[in-house]
Order: sequence, then C-alpha cells, then structure tokens
Amino acid sequence: MDFKRFLKDLQGIVGAENVVYHSDDLLVFEYDGSVDRGMPEAVVFPNSTQEVSRVIALSHKAGVPVVGRGTGTGLSGGAIAPPGGIQVAFPRMNHILEVDTENRLALVEPGVINLNLDTHVRKFGLRYAPDPSSQKACSLGGNIAENAGGPHCLAYGTTTNHVLGMEVVLEDGAVVNLGSLARETVGYDLRGVFTGSEGTFGIATKIAVRLLPVPEAVRTFLGIFPDVETACTAVSTVIEHGIVPAALEMIDALTIQAVQKVTDAGYPDDAGAVLLIELEGLQDEVDEIGDEVEAALWETGASQVRTAEAAAEREQLWVGRKGALGALGGIAPNYFLVDGVVPRTQLAPVLGRVADVSRKYNIPIANVFHAGDGNLHPCLLFDERQPGALDRIVEAGTEVLQICVDAGGTLTGEHGVGLEKKEQMPLVFSEDDMAAMVLVRDAFAPDNSMNPGKIFPDGKKHTPHAHPPAHGMPA
Amino acid sequence: MVQPFAGFTGRDAPAESDLYRCVHCGLCLSSCPTYVETALEMESPRGRLALMKAVNEGRVEITPRIVSHWEACLQCRACEAVCPSGVPYGRIMERTRSQVRAAGLQSRELKRFSRFFLNSALPNPRRLRMGANLIRLYQRLGIQKLVRLSHLLYLLPGGIGKLESQLPPLSKRFFGPSDAVHPAQGAKKMTVALLSGCVMPLMQGPTMEATVRVLTRNGCDVMVPQGQGCCGALNTHAGDLENARAMARTNIDSLMGAGVERIITSSAGCGSSMKEYAELLKDDPEHRNKAIRFSGMTQDVTEFLVGLPFQVPTATVNRRITFQDPCHLAHAQRITAAPRTILNSIPGVELVEMENSSLCCGGAGIYSSVQPALSQRLLKRKMDSITATDTQEVITANPGCMLQVEMGFKSQGTNGRVRHVVDILDEAYGLE
Ligand SMILES: Cc1cc2nc3c(=O)[nH]c(=O)nc-3n(C[C@H](O)[C@H](O)[C@H](O)COP(=O)(O)OP(=O)(O)OC[C@H]3O[C@@H](n4cnc5c(N)ncnc54)[C@H](O)[C@@H]3O)c2cc1C
Ligand code: SF4
Ligand code: SF4
Repeated sequence: MDFKRFLKDLQGIVGAENVVYHSDDLLVFEYDGSVDRGMPEAVVFPNSTQEVSRVIALSHKAGVPVVGRGTGTGLSGGAIAPPGGIQVAFPRMNHILEVDTENRLALVEPGVINLNLDTHVRKFGLRYAPDPSSQKACSLGGNIAENAGGPHCLAYGTTTNHVLGMEVVLEDGAVVNLGSLARETVGYDLRGVFTGSEGTFGIATKIAVRLLPVPEAVRTFLGIFPDVETACTAVSTVIEHGIVPAALEMIDALTIQAVQKVTDAGYPDDAGAVLLIELEGLQDEVDEIGDEVEAALWETGASQVRTAEAAAEREQLWVGRKGALGALGGIAPNYFLVDGVVPRTQLAPVLGRVADVSRKYNIPIANVFHAGDGNLHPCLLFDERQPGALDRIVEAGTEVLQICVDAGGTLTGEHGVGLEKKEQMPLVFSEDDMAAMVLVRDAFAPDNSMNPGKIFPDGKKHTPHAHPPAHGMPA
Repeated sequence: MVQPFAGFTGRDAPAESDLYRCVHCGLCLSSCPTYVETALEMESPRGRLALMKAVNEGRVEITPRIVSHWEACLQCRACEAVCPSGVPYGRIMERTRSQVRAAGLQSRELKRFSRFFLNSALPNPRRLRMGANLIRLYQRLGIQKLVRLSHLLYLLPGGIGKLESQLPPLSKRFFGPSDAVHPAQGAKKMTVALLSGCVMPLMQGPTMEATVRVLTRNGCDVMVPQGQGCCGALNTHAGDLENARAMARTNIDSLMGAGVERIITSSAGCGSSMKEYAELLKDDPEHRNKAIRFSGMTQDVTEFLVGLPFQVPTATVNRRITFQDPCHLAHAQRITAAPRTILNSIPGVELVEMENSSLCCGGAGIYSSVQPALSQRLLKRKMDSITATDTQEVITANPGCMLQVEMGFKSQGTNGRVRHVVDILDEAYGLE
C-alpha cells in the first residue's frame, strides 16, 4: 500500500489538521494508563459519524487495522495500536447531544468525559452513576468498550446497566444502531454484547445512557483499621447486616503511605487499612442504616471512624481513594495492576496469598480496591527501566491471577483483557469457550480489523516495548 | 535499550526521579489549559512528560517540533496541583527548557525575547527602569520610535508589538526600593521586607503603594530595601537558570536584612519563585542554607494578612466583583482561600465566582508575547467566564494577570477594571 496516498486520503476526509502522523508527535500516542506501548502509524480525529465511517471504510480497503482511542486511561493496553495500525480518537466528538430529563436519558458522543456528563446532568437533579476512579479523564467511548465500573457500581451496576444503545461503525464502514431508547430490547441484546467488547466489534459514535435521580441524602464513612484482615471482617459484617452500600472501598497500608506522601488525605501513618463506605437514599434510611454501619465498624475493631454528609467534606474523605493509583508513582515509576475478582468471603485469605507472592518475588504490592464486590486491584510496583523487570512482573501478576481463579474468581473486574491479560485467558476459558467468543466477534468484524491482537491468546509474549512507526515522516 | 541519542545532559537535566513519577494516568488532562483548548495529547502535561521521557531515554533527539510542544506550555502548573502522583511538573519543565536553551533550540520568538529582556533588562533593574522611563515618555508624547528602540514592548502581553495603540499606561509614579522604613501604625507586630520586583513597580505603582499602606495599617514596619531586583521567575521559567540564580542571590542578600521577619510580595509569580529559591540554589554552597531560610520566610501578601490576622475593615464598599485565581498563587503556592477570605471580609463586597477561575488567562509571564495565538484563545475563554458573572470589576493577585485581563477588557471594548486584592482592601480602609 502507498502509505503517503493513504495519509492524503485520511486528510481529505477529516482535514489535514486532524491527522497526526509525524513520528515525534506519535510518541504521545504510544501509551495508555497501562504498562503497554505501541506506536500507531497515524492518529485521526474525526468530527462526525460520517467521517468515522469513511475513515474506517478507507482503512479496511487498505488493510490497515483500526483501534479506537478515548483518552488513553485504559489499564489493559486496549487502546494501544497494533503494528501497522492507526488510532481513531474522539477529542472533537465530545458533545452532549441531548438530555431528556423526563425520560432520564442522555445522548452523547463517544469523546464526552465521564465526569463532564455527570456534572452537566446534575444541573437537572440527575446523575450518571458509573464513576470509574478515572472519571475526571476517561471517555464514555472507553467506558462502554471496557464496561467500566467504579466505586458506586456496587449498588448501581457497571456501565452495561446504564447504556441503552449505541450507534456503531462496523469494520467496512457500515453504520448500525444497537439497542434502543426504550428500556426493553426485542430480540438479541446486541447492545449488551457490544458493551465490554473492547473495541473489537466496531467504533461507537453515539451512545445513549440512562440517568438516575440524585439521591436525597448521602453519607460517607471512613474507618481506620489496624490491618487488612480486620478491615475484611468489617466488610463481611456490614454486608451480613443486609446493608448494600452505594460504595465500599479498601486501601491498604502501602497505598496509604503513598497517598499521604502526596496529599494529606487524613490517614494516620500507622493505619493498616482504610475502609470507605458510602450510603445513599432517603434521609431517614441513611440515618438509620448509617448508625448500623458506624456500630459495625467500631465493633469489628476500627480505631477511628469519621463520617461526612456535606458534599465538600465527603469529597475530602474520597480524596485519598481517587488519587490512590496515581500516588503510587511516588513509590515506584510503574505499576502493573491486576484486576482480579474473587468472591467477597475470600478477600482476606486471597490478600494473604498475594502478600506471599510479594515476598517470593520481592516485589512491593499495593492494594486499593472495590471491596464490596470483591474486585481486587493488587498493584505490582516496579521500574520498567530495569532490565528484566517487566518479565518478572508479568510472571508474578500471572501468579496473582491464578490465586484469584483458584479462589473461584476471574481475570478482570472492569479493566478488560486487552493486551495485558490475553495470555491468561486459558486460566478461565477453554479452547471451545474462546472459539465461541471469536464467532461472536466475527459476526461484527469478520476480517478482525478492529483492534486486532487483543483479548485472545496468540502465543505472542507480552512484550510491551514500542515499535517505531514504519512510515513516520516529517510533516 | 539502544540509545541512539544523547538525552538530557549536565547538572540542570530534569531529575529522573521527578520524570518517572508520572504514571501516565491522564488525571491532569482536564485541568490543562492548552489541552482544554486544543484537545491534543501533545499539548497536555502527560504528553509533554512523555516527550521528555523519550528524550531522556535517548529514543529521540530534541527536535524543533518537540520544542514547540514544550514551549506551548504555559507553566501554569495546574497539572502539578491536581496530579495524584505529585509530579513536580514546574521544575521538570524549567530544567527541560534549560536543556533546550543550552542546545540553542528555542523558537525564534523566545530567542529574540531572551536576548534583550531575560539576559539584559531583568537582571539589571537600572536598565529596566531607564527603558520604562522611555516608554512613559513615549506614552506622554507619542514618540513611537523610542518604543521600538527600547524593545520594551516585549514587556507587554498579547503580541502587543503589533498593537501599540493598546499599550497599557505605565504608572504615573514608579514605585521602588529606598532606605526609608514605612512605620507600622499602632502597635508594631512585625518587621517585613517587601519585594519591589521588576515590572510591577513600573506598571502597577499604585498597587505597590497600597500594599505598603495595608501592611503598615496592620502593624508592620515595612522595608523596601535597596539593592534588590527582579525575582528571576521569568528567567527560571525560560530555563535561564544561571541568571535566575544570580538574581536569587542578590535578593537573598538584600532582602534578608537585620530584623526582617517575613519577606512579602504582592505578586503571586514572584512569591512562587522566591519560595523555590531553596530548590534553585540547592547546590550553591554559600547560599544554600540562606535560600532555605529565605524561602521559608516568603509569603504572598494575602497569605500573610490572613495569618496575622488582618483588621477587618469597617467601612462599606458596595460592589459586585469576581476573583481570578493567579496560577502561581492557586497552583504553585496552593493558596485559594486567603484572597477570598479578605474579599469576603469587606462589608458590602459581593464576590461572584466565575467558572474555571483557576484556568490560566493566557498571560503567563512572557507567554503572551511569545505564543500570542494560544494566549489570545485563552484570554477569550477567560473573558467569557468573566462576562458571565455580570460584574464590572475583576480582582486578582498578580501583575501579569492584571495586565492580561485589562487587555481582555480593552479588546472587548468594555470598561471593566482589574485590581489587586490589596487595592480593594486599601480602598475599604481608606473609607473608614
Ligand atoms: C487512575 C485510574 C483509575 C481507574 N479507575 C477505574 C475504575 O475505577 N473502574 C474502571 O472500570 N476503570 C478504571 N480505570 C481504567 C480506565 O479509566 C477505564 O477502562 C476507562 O473506561 C477507559 O476509558 P478511556 O477513554 O481512557 O479509553 P482508552 O483507554 O482510550 O480505550 C480503552 C478501550 O476502549 C476502546 N474505545 C475507546 N473509544 C471507543 C469507541 N468510541 N468505540 C469503541 N471502542 C472504543 C479502545 O479501543 C480501547 O480498547 C482507571 C484508570 C486509571 C488510570
Ligand atoms: S502528570 Fe500526574 S496526573 Fe498527569 S498523567 Fe502523570 S501522573 Fe497522571
Ligand atoms: S503547566 Fe499548565 S499548560 Fe503546562 S502542561 Fe501543566 S497544566 Fe498544561
């Protein structure tokens, strides 16, 4: 293929200013939030569905693989371009097209930032519930591709429970609608299949989401515990009381130290674990259940319990949690986050075994996670510049995943498989399982030209160093 | 790893321990004015840091294209304030610029600007003052040639070289250092030294005078010692660390005189720079310890007044105002409450918050001169937020912001006015 010609054609579709192809500039498109790297040949910023469709049709004809890019906060390498591929990114398609307050839904473009949607609809007394800790930065396109979760998904469910439908461009450029604005779908729930497909089925160009009313009262509890085991007991105790908090998050000692180094989140230096619990509902409910939660925290051995109801104070309690992953940068330049899920009752023993892996490999592991739904996030800390470091991390990470699977859990709670966990898929799925999944993908993308090389094991070792773009040329 | 290129070199190379704190999480993107404006990853904190890492690792050399992304950075440090990883972006960028400068790879605009202004005028208060006298003469007499001669147009925001008619008027009276001590009114609480600075005493003399009155009124003996000069912030930002160090030493030696308990400035940019002298001079055997003490003694005037605490004015100033957070106050010094506390204490003042008050106005020191296009776009955005508050008066706490927003009002053709927090506090005291 004549790449110069291809670039010209791309420019013809979206405008010269909306194609990035200089090799210097492409350096900032080789990463996402994960440890993976890979340089695209070009990045395209379309302005409309039509442009997306033409870009994809053109690439399909030219045999160039295409990967969508939201804002690159993904933690499984999902947005990393496959060799020879281009990225289609959505900073120009970032409009909230419609908010229907009566039917409580919104129609948005894929580049809309999660928090911006929530902030916007709060003016109407509504909210967008799924709140990944990256919500300030991540896009809704990325959210549906990864079926993102978040602290409040414990009570409200993950992204898939909030997406009503989407407009999708398929690999040949065809534009189709999946799902509907009505709440019931007739026939196969293709909307549900698309959510979480990690960009391998097609590119979403419009997304309809469900909105919820803002609850009357919200109360946040912060419990300080001497160690993780005690905090795990507290989690079980709260749940055994029949309470379903809106959020239930845990932060361990290493993470606490990292956070406190950057901001004073109000955690004592010697705290072994911190639990964050949030209740939402009617004022009476929150008052009544709140007392129970507080009692449960004290009973199980909390050394301190703090509560807040005013927005600003609650925000303060959340500061440490929201910034936790970033804060790890103060301890080590890189983290490899394992997104394993385990049954809630297994939390304490699994964390114990994770600590064994940490000792065995001599790799510090920080834990900050959605305790309420058993979604662990052990972060293996390392420095990618040290020779062989990444290989050891991947090995240790695999061991951690094996522990989760052995405990009756699975590979990923919310970040997707992407590049990072594809070789671990056989830990939970048989050849037949995966072959069935490929059949589903083929129904959408028979030529596998949308985000190829992700999700399914292909024996290619996970070697995330950058490959130089083959066609990079000076502008 | 193969390292085809040399990477950063020398003692002013960005520290790896700073650079590799960035875990590319992206949480800074939405706070970065240039990313908000362009939506391009190259013009984001994460992108700029990635380019630095690539250079550091020897994967690429410093190219004009890479430099252009670094130079488009306002050094507003909004990213630093929100970064959960504590990436010290400000000093990383200062050191990166020093590398670019050492390699002679700065853009033409920046080079031209540096030659006269950073290398000659700022480190040399007398020369600066002479130039300003010329400009004032020009403004009185309209002798355009003089201005071109003096090159002082570069002092002014917004590519104003082309907009001579919009030249902001210099103060009728210049402010400046002297041997005099301005005595405390009433019981004396403290002796403070005030930084006179470079541009502020020439452009905002009355604000400097108001600062002295407000401080004396609150029980401070105020000295404005001779021998001091520009704080060096603009040099530091441009990566001219050598001149900046010399300027820092001068100020340490002149301002930290006998009996001085605090060093006060009413310029947020200068305060931020002086609080970082300790970092700037950390390898200077003679000045290292003094610099640590100096930085510890430095306070922004609003921070100082609230800490005193200041006397709440009793007279009423009936006015609706809005407040613009200077980047180097809000992000670099993390001071956002103190100015608001002062404003809210003045009877009759109604503070209407604007949207995105701490998003840079595009002034950013010399940025408005060397990056006029992006600067103007940010100014437009700022003026829209200001207009939406329906107030006629913008209060801020930094000379650069004052000039930039004044420019904004001028180009809008509206007659809003811009003042410093101490101006309105002084006004209130004056009415008592
Ligand atoms: C600090 C931090 C905290 C995080 N916390 C959470 C959390 O609590 N919960 C959680 O679930 N995740 C979390 N994440 C992971 C990440 O933010 C989410 O996976 C998010 O959904 C990714 O969105 P993005 O816009 O950054 O997508 P990207 O990373 O750019 O892309 C992710 C995937 O989406 C695909 N994609 C993007 N746009 C489209 C589109 N329009 N159509 C089809 N496919 C598309 C890409 O091809 C890629 O496969 C966190 C990440 C960080 C860095
Ligand atoms: S600078 Fe900080 S906030 Fe920005 S990407 Fe790096 S670690 Fe994240
Ligand atoms: S200093 Fe300001 S302009 Fe520069 S990267 Fe940070 S936020 Fe953006």
